[in-house]
Amino acid sequence: MELFESGACDLAIKIKTGTISSEEVTKAVLQKIEQREYDINAYITTTPELALKRAKSIDIQRIQGKDIGLLGGIPMAIKDSIITAGIRTTAGSHILENFIPPYNAHVIDKLLDAGAVIVGKTNTDEFTMGSTCETSYFKPARNPHNTGRVTGGSSGGSAAALAAHECIAALGSDTGGSIRQPASFCGITGIKPTYGRVSRYGLIAYASSLDQIGPMTKSVKDSALVLSVIAGYDNRDSTCLNEPVPDYLTEIDSGISGIKIGLPKEYFEEGLDSEVCDITMKAVEIMKSEGAEFIDISLPHTEYAIPTYYLLATAEASANLERYDGVRYGYRAENPENLYDMYCKSRSEGFGIEVKRRIMLGTYCLSAGYYDAYYRKAQKVRRLIKEDFDKAFKTVDAILTPVSPTPAFPLGSKINDPLQMYLADIYTISLNLAGLPGISVPAGKTSDNLPVGVQFMGRVLDENLLFRLAYALERNVGTSLTYEGAVV
Amino acid sequence: MKYIPTVGLEIHSQLATKTKIFCGCPTAFGGESNTHGCPVCLGMPGVLPVLNKHAVELAMRMALLTNGEIQKRSYFARKNYFYPDLPKGYQISMFEFPLIKGGYIDLKTENGPKRIRFNRIHMEEDAGKLIHVEGDIESYFDVNRCGVPLIETVTEPDFGTLEQVSLFLNQLKELLIFSGASLGNMEQGNIRVDANISIRPQGQKELNTRTEIKNMNSFVNALAAIEHEIARQTDIVEQGKKVIQETLLYDPVHGIIAPMRSKEEAHDYRYFPEPDLVPVFVDDEWIDRIRSELPEMRNEKRNRFIQEHGLPEYDAEILTTSPDIAKYYELVIGEGADPKKASNWVMGEVLRILNETRITIDEFKVKPSMLAELLIMIDNGSISGSMAKTVFDEMASNGRHPKIIVAEKGLTQISDKGELKKVIREVIESNPNEVEKYKSGKTNLIAFFVGQVMKMTRGKANPQEVNVILREMLS
Repeated sequence: MELFESGACDLAIKIKTGTISSEEVTKAVLQKIEQREYDINAYITTTPELALKRAKSIDIQRIQGKDIGLLGGIPMAIKDSIITAGIRTTAGSHILENFIPPYNAHVIDKLLDAGAVIVGKTNTDEFTMGSTCETSYFKPARNPHNTGRVTGGSSGGSAAALAAHECIAALGSDTGGSIRQPASFCGITGIKPTYGRVSRYGLIAYASSLDQIGPMTKSVKDSALVLSVIAGYDNRDSTCLNEPVPDYLTEIDSGISGIKIGLPKEYFEEGLDSEVCDITMKAVEIMKSEGAEFIDISLPHTEYAIPTYYLLATAEASANLERYDGVRYGYRAENPENLYDMYCKSRSEGFGIEVKRRIMLGTYCLSAGYYDAYYRKAQKVRRLIKEDFDKAFKTVDAILTPVSPTPAFPLGSKINDPLQMYLADIYTISLNLAGLPGISVPAGKTSDNLPVGVQFMGRVLDENLLFRLAYALERNVGTSLTYEGAVV
Repeated sequence: MKYIPTVGLEIHSQLATKTKIFCGCPTAFGGESNTHGCPVCLGMPGVLPVLNKHAVELAMRMALLTNGEIQKRSYFARKNYFYPDLPKGYQISMFEFPLIKGGYIDLKTENGPKRIRFNRIHMEEDAGKLIHVEGDIESYFDVNRCGVPLIETVTEPDFGTLEQVSLFLNQLKELLIFSGASLGNMEQGNIRVDANISIRPQGQKELNTRTEIKNMNSFVNALAAIEHEIARQTDIVEQGKKVIQETLLYDPVHGIIAPMRSKEEAHDYRYFPEPDLVPVFVDDEWIDRIRSELPEMRNEKRNRFIQEHGLPEYDAEILTTSPDIAKYYELVIGEGADPKKASNWVMGEVLRILNETRITIDEFKVKPSMLAELLIMIDNGSISGSMAKTVFDEMASNGRHPKIIVAEKGLTQISDKGELKKVIREVIESNPNEVEKYKSGKTNLIAFFVGQVMKMTRGKANPQEVNVILREMLS
């Protein structure tokens, strides 16, 4: 269907000019949801009535000559770790299964101001802890390219919704690769912005010093458009950067001639799937043909990224998840014997196994006697990892790497082996520790017809360059909308 | 054997900000339960704290007044524990890197000067309140106090006597109140005291095991509790047993000390830096500004009252017991009242009514301008001093202006000589015997005649004038 070969940028113009109505687009998307959800499970909650009502009101505003905004009338999917007023927000957990917040995340206010239409809340690993969407309390999302495969995670629902055309654009959140890895697995584009570029107000916290909200879209330009809407200062988030937001679209096709790109040798060692490696190297050739210059670099502390991440992220998570105690909102166990029993039962029954594993890990690493050996040491290593990047960015403008060591793997194949699972984030985690931006963009497909993305990493607040690089690749490879085997 | 007590204190003081430390909810005391709350102080998912700068500034005032070292960079930390009055499951406090290090307060004790050193002053948020209703199996939660800003002042174990503790607490309270850092209202829990106590035999240098008494909400209770605990520990040691380290609570009603929590529940707070907040950076410019904005402290105020308003030391002392009273007094004289007479009235009548009715000066119905008006009326003779007290009581009860009360009740003083002479003549004529006695030397009968004049004028006669005219007419 032609409509689904258009991304948010094209549709926004068509809606603005009256070529197509928001209602038509929204109806088409809702129809796709109805057709595909039975085997995709991209959504935890859909809001068809709200969406149609909103779409109609956007259409009326347009007819009245009002400015309907940069995303006027565009149906969007929101990861269920992002708070939406009046719409159930579960973070993929039993403990928030019936939680309807009375407030909006900052990004939701921004999207609504820009005219977006929310069609639903997408599936995620519980509290975004996972790399496959399988730790979701609800049914795991399935990869539209092969429903026997995982979507990646934790923003697997948003990635799957895009790949199955169950939305036009989406938001995800990324703590260790949760936007980029499912983007790669599902053949879409996703960017984790610089830490502080987008307000975290209303993002259900997993690891506060690593979490960042970002766009997930069908094309690079769409990501640029959505980021220009959601980025910027918010006085409700103390870690939000007070820096002007550029128009990411103006320079996006200005070419990449002379851009120096680093290839870190640590990202091409043992464990990297050969097809993924080939696709990545093909991307290198394409970038060279576009005028980029490649330089071999080293990020020597890469091997410590995963242990560092699992100490710091779980430590923060152990505290961030203390508020789910059954006292004020959320799941409360029935008939507790006393207060202590109420806490234990509510949390034991309310949280899933992966969340409990990480709470235990984090609690342990902060405990008296272990803090120095684990938490404090991990903070030191984090600084070394950041310094690796600082050093690299003295000689290169960006870095190109695989997103994940493998393409989407079969559902259930790693869920019982947490260490194997954690390795799926090996190429994405360092960037969160360093607070830098990274984009995952489709680069090709495997012989099994599974999409594979590559990642561009950039300097602080250099999202503009990342979009230019990704767009240069996309022009050669095509988007998930057009390349061979696209799921329509 | 003689034992020497060693005491260290931790004092939690509520900072006098209008809004909470990490959100915009009001801090006002006494609101209906669960009316001062929002997603942030309720610890809803996804919300973030934003530091109230004014709270930092109020803490900085205390550092400047106690010679504490304001840190160029300090960090908030999460203190993790589960309790139903703590919505996030952690309290945002400071741990490794407090805002203020060191500082001290010098005491003038009966045995000479004594310096109490501070270990630190750090900032933190208060918890909410649990309400337990007798006979009800459920407990209730009130969010109003969640996130109210506190500073915790931690002293070194420098106290050796109860006198020192008492002097210190009062001096600290004075600093808190006069600096504007805290309202210092004990009844509303603005100041809460924890004490660490140990005893050691005279001559021994190193400190013995200490106990901690928590959460004392009045200085009287704190002193009583410390005294009890010293006696309890002395008993234990004298029986040849050892004091065990534990946290205690003092029950002021029964005068007993009991353990607060058992060892199994001992907390590991797992402090770590709060990732949702950025470090607090303080530069010299900011410190200088806070220093320049420091309000006048009690000593300065007292000396100024003596010099500027010519008050006796006693008056200056009383009028500066609180900044509010001092301010009230200065507003009264600012409206033209005589400084000494105003002082007498504020110390006497005003404080009497505040004490009797247990209200604050802000709630007091006689505004400074109204009291000044009354005092001026006494001065220019339009009302007598005794009449003024009646008028004042009425002003205090209904907040009306003195001129209106005087006019309505026809209380205006008679100072007109002609009118007074008429009355006095009448008094002289109807009391010939007394006149005779007066003339024969019993001059103290003058009081009798004044009394008669007052009786006839129903107290409205100007007594000074009456005195003068009487003496004239009787001679």
